[in-house]
Amino acid sequence: MSAQGGVQYSKIAEIKGPLVIVDGVESVSFDELVEIQTKDGQKRLGKVLEVGGGKAIVQVFEGTTGLSVSGTSAKFVGKLMEMPVSEQVLGRVFDGLGRPIDGLPDPIAEKFLDINGAPMNPEQREYPRDFIQTGVSVIDGMLTLVRGQKLPIFSGSGMSHNILAAQIARQATVVGTTDEFAVVFAAIGVQYSEAEYFRRSLEESGALKRSILFLNLADDPAIERIITPRVALTVAEYLAYDLGMHVLVILTDMTNYAEALREISAAREEVPGRKGYPGYLYTDLSTIYERAGRLRGKKGSVTQMPILTMPSDDITHPIPDLTGYITEGQIVLGRDLFRQGIYPPVNILMSLSRIMKDGIGEGRTRADHQEISNQNYDAYSRAQEVRALAGIVGKAGLTGVDLKYLGEGDSFEKEFLSQDLDENRTIEETLGLQWQVVSLLPKNELTKVKDKYIDQYYKER
Amino acid sequence: MVAKGRIVWVSGPAVKADGMSDAKMYETVSVGDAKLIGEVIRLTGDVAFIQVYESTSGLKPGEPVVGTGNPLSVLLGPGIIGQIYDGIQRPLKDLAAKSGSFIGRGITTTPVDMTKKYKFKPLVKTGDEVKPGTIIGTVKETDLIDHSIMVPPDHPGGKITKIVGEGEYDLETELATTDSKVPIKMYHYWPVRKPRPYKSRYDPTVPLLTGQRVIDTFFPIAKGGTGSIPGAFGTGKTVTLHQIAKWADSQVVVYIGCGERGNEMTEVLVEFPHLKDPRTDKPLMDRTVLVANTSNMPVAAREASIYTGVTIAEYYRDMGKDVVLVADSTSRWAEALREMSGRLEEMPAEEGYPSYLASRLAEFYERAGRVRAQGSPDRDGSVTLIGAVSPSGGDFTEPVTTHTMRFIKTFWALDAKLAYSRHYPSINWMNSYSGYLADIGKWWRENVSKEWFEARREAYGILQREDTLKEIVRLLGPEALPDEEKLILEVARMIKIGILQQNSFDEVDTYCSPQKQFKLLTLLVDFYKRGQAALKDGTSLADIRAMPLIATLLKARMEVKETELAKLDQLETTIDQEFKKIAGVKIEA
Repeated sequence: MSAQGGVQYSKIAEIKGPLVIVDGVESVSFDELVEIQTKDGQKRLGKVLEVGGGKAIVQVFEGTTGLSVSGTSAKFVGKLMEMPVSEQVLGRVFDGLGRPIDGLPDPIAEKFLDINGAPMNPEQREYPRDFIQTGVSVIDGMLTLVRGQKLPIFSGSGMSHNILAAQIARQATVVGTTDEFAVVFAAIGVQYSEAEYFRRSLEESGALKRSILFLNLADDPAIERIITPRVALTVAEYLAYDLGMHVLVILTDMTNYAEALREISAAREEVPGRKGYPGYLYTDLSTIYERAGRLRGKKGSVTQMPILTMPSDDITHPIPDLTGYITEGQIVLGRDLFRQGIYPPVNILMSLSRIMKDGIGEGRTRADHQEISNQNYDAYSRAQEVRALAGIVGKAGLTGVDLKYLGEGDSFEKEFLSQDLDENRTIEETLGLQWQVVSLLPKNELTKVKDKYIDQYYKER
Repeated sequence: MVAKGRIVWVSGPAVKADGMSDAKMYETVSVGDAKLIGEVIRLTGDVAFIQVYESTSGLKPGEPVVGTGNPLSVLLGPGIIGQIYDGIQRPLKDLAAKSGSFIGRGITTTPVDMTKKYKFKPLVKTGDEVKPGTIIGTVKETDLIDHSIMVPPDHPGGKITKIVGEGEYDLETELATTDSKVPIKMYHYWPVRKPRPYKSRYDPTVPLLTGQRVIDTFFPIAKGGTGSIPGAFGTGKTVTLHQIAKWADSQVVVYIGCGERGNEMTEVLVEFPHLKDPRTDKPLMDRTVLVANTSNMPVAAREASIYTGVTIAEYYRDMGKDVVLVADSTSRWAEALREMSGRLEEMPAEEGYPSYLASRLAEFYERAGRVRAQGSPDRDGSVTLIGAVSPSGGDFTEPVTTHTMRFIKTFWALDAKLAYSRHYPSINWMNSYSGYLADIGKWWRENVSKEWFEARREAYGILQREDTLKEIVRLLGPEALPDEEKLILEVARMIKIGILQQNSFDEVDTYCSPQKQFKLLTLLVDFYKRGQAALKDGTSLADIRAMPLIATLLKARMEVKETELAKLDQLETTIDQEFKKIAGVKIEA
């Protein structure tokens, strides 16, 4: 980030948590970028949260540790926070504020973009329709990802969300096209080892030179996390709409982001909403997630895959809850499946891809895709009921059809859901497995598929 | 006097300005050098508290604030239908023309094309006495909409002294003048926070048909009624609301995307021009207005979007049309209230929401109704209000849901458990209710069948009994039940799959006429009665369950098109034959 010019003020009235209150300011604007200079010449960045009555409340991204009221000065830069962008950012590694940390010189900027972006005009959006083949059966078959979609992974601590995201980043293609793609990876308060796993995975697949990494690790300043997803998305938008690339953005872990937001809200003594999170958490999250999409008349796209760990695996916690209201579906990982060693441990009943219906079907995947997927859902849900019942009355108390469902459930998890970390299945293979699983059921149980598809694909097992 | 002041404080969408002693409450103002649009929401001495409808990034204390003298108003006239507006009635198309793919700031536009000419047909002549609301003529707005040009509600009325002849005119033309000397044009402005007047109100007695079985048959809503659809994320609120907007038998649909996803509005925009109204065979877009304030657009305009939408709805109601307004989601609107209230440092009530949340919700839902419009000729119109609620954590005891329940009469409770098992629409039949059932029964009896009410009661009875039996099954397993009760479980399953579930993405199943709904219902009720009788005669339940007929009945909703409903009558015969057959098999054995 660069900052030059501007007015210097030295009157710091108060330092409170991540906030600095500067006194006697004039001509300072809301959201303006601020440079804080410490006694020993160190520089930190911040932005104006509130201005009036000669006072400005400044949020310091790198934290206020070590700042003192005397000797610290604030320079108001006279512009909003901007990220320099150009094609040269590809293959580079930046810190959480968008400054290079790979030892290479600053990329030469083509332009400077406001990191907050601007809301996309809904009338100018192109509705997402291109099927992305991830090679992961459960996603391609039942939770289809579409270009321009925002589809988060809801996980819990310790589960395999990063492995799954990395596999998707390596394997994702749109079949039959040679469009340019790029991966933007934003680590928000994650451990070094997780970020490194991701980097290595991209390197091994040869995708690193088409990737950009933004790293705010667990031991980096927490308030910086407010900025990390925004600089990442600013670069993604540039690649997509200026350079025409298809960009997959992975944001991990959004729970850390929301916690940083809560910290600032608490320091400002705002009236809290649920669990101490600010009332505007929904609006704030939407300014990140809604930056996914496609635009009319532009070639590229921004597809988002935010990852968040649900505190105590609780999907009603405000972070997953508000995320789910904004994103176009969710991939939920299940603790039970994870414990059984199933990978990917996707709980399909709680998962959903909202715009799947528009990315699949004749001419995109296959005409029977929606119906067979509905049938799989229906059957697996019934299998779960039967499992619960078997827990009470024992297997002996089950009827013949119920036993078939039990078999279907097991086959679904072992043959369809499970796959290897480097197993890349085509959509044809995936659909084949979906029929194979329901073929364990008698024909007249298939109420969600039309007879013509049963005739074509059903082979009783 | 127009208020002229200076900004003294900025924090997010909230701005304070001093020198504003001439400002009025709810007056719109122009804020800062960028001329952002804002609204005065509190006055203390000469300090005005302003909510700004656009992003305030870069705004500085010292910049000017100028009043407009007018409250936030919408333009009402031909050209509204088919538009997509932001929360303050700026056409998103015009915003795109001025600022590209992303929404810029400080842009002013006119809500409709003022230069477009419409063919005006006068209906009054010189010397006629007109009152507010009287129709002076009509123009053709779209293929589906005959737009009445009415004397504005705030016009003094009087004797017509001059009126133009039939011909093409643009919106600015003075079409008529009365002896009050106040001209009447094709359009007028109306403040959004003030309900439009009418002559009198009626009880809602006509159902709003949505083509959705679980709604029309089980939990109907009436024209002019109010309904709410709460549900956790992923339960299918938006899909259900889209379905209502598509298939409801109203003449105008106002769809408000209030703080929701951008792609959902795009979906409506892309899909509606291609979908045909099943009753008129014209594109659905020809009767639809969209108000879109997506979640990442400024929060204050989200609050305004609800009022903008409902005022447009009332305007078309005054022409004597049935209007459906769908608001997705009222929770986001409530959150916008909460955010502004927080910045105003008001004392919060539950969960940080302001104490006036309930009264604001009540005011909004009270704008629904079936009314006799003002002026002549006599005409009745209605506004049906349907609001989505997004309870945090799917908890129906949170303030927005509980307050909303006090002011609405139809409640469609979405159920995450049903959604997880892919039972869509996931409207829970035990928790939902409709307060219109008794009022609209007459319509069904007269227009569909005398037996409608009875069939519905029996089917619902089966579902209720299943709900009780489920508890026993959960504890003891299904084998603990006698065959008669197992039959109830079986038929309840059939009602769930064959009637309550509806696939909105299936070409046939997406819309179901009242006739088809009634036939499907009677088929299953009939099946149940035959099953009961067969059990009494000694047929085994296993034989009934094994009937291939069941799969046919369950797929009828998808396989039988609206044009071939006679096939359902044939199914009635098939049921009869099949039951005779299984009884026959037993006798031979």
